Amino acid sequence: MKTAVIVFPGSNCDRDIAVALERVTGTTPDMVWHAEPTLPEGLGLVAVPGGFSYGDYLRSGAMAARAPVMRAVADAAEGGLPVLGICNGFQVLTEAGMLPGALMRNAGIDFVCREVALTVEGARPPFFDRYQPGERIVLPVAHHDGNYTADDETLDRLEGEGRIALRYAEPVNGSARNIAGLLNERGNVLGMMPHPERRIEAAHGGVDGRRLFEAVFDLVSAA
Amino acid sequence: MKLRIFVTLKPGVLDPQGKAIGKALQGLGFQGVNDVRQGKLIELDVADDTTDAAIDEMCRTLLANTVIENYRVERA
Repeated sequence: MKTAVIVFPGSNCDRDIAVALERVTGTTPDMVWHAEPTLPEGLGLVAVPGGFSYGDYLRSGAMAARAPVMRAVADAAEGGLPVLGICNGFQVLTEAGMLPGALMRNAGIDFVCREVALTVEGARPPFFDRYQPGERIVLPVAHHDGNYTADDETLDRLEGEGRIALRYAEPVNGSARNIAGLLNERGNVLGMMPHPERRIEAAHGGVDGRRLFEAVFDLVSAA
Repeated sequence: MKLRIFVTLKPGVLDPQGKAIGKALQGLGFQGVNDVRQGKLIELDVADDTTDAAIDEMCRTLLANTVIENYRVERA
């Protein structure tokens, strides 16, 4: 299964996600530089990695969201390709307008770096069909800007459409309605603050992130 | 032409940094600080024939995130 990881200047989790994808799929992902105007052919997933692209200049994810490659990522998402944005990747996807709302400085201004309990809200494919709706999982977070904000109308719409994929089991960063992960309308674009790529083998202290990747690749390979 | 772009959080959007600054002022013993909101000042030097529409486009496309922020342009 062919995958791609977008590489922005300053990102520091692109290798984490690349290793995770390689472990799960058995194939080394293509690392795609931010200045590329196109993506490789035949992809099953594009990952927008975590980690402070452009030093979080202007706003977290703001510069990366305007990089040439993001136009290709948006086009691929329109075509139905699964796109996964983790942490800074989630910030990039909101800044690019591929997901609604914005991620602001954590309430309390602390950088939060620890394991958090999360509730998987639904078993929606392609990302969550190997989890039980309402299942409690544990993943690590490491962010300064994870405080999800949108107007009430948007939040109500997201709830109604089943697009809140993951919630913090208890308040972590001030995020509206404890949103930790969000889907686009079609369900093929997922932004999440926690790091599933850091929980895919026993040595990580847990494997709660692994099923997310396995689910994506089963779905795509069966299609 | 020199421009000053003021980017501020929309009213009602929580500003954790502003709150922390307010608490720090209190901690230093300053009295009567009711509220603090933090924003950004971006200074641009642009060609004299740059249109208002182009400046507005710059603000909406990159300089401000209009989901959470307002902006105001001042000509120096």
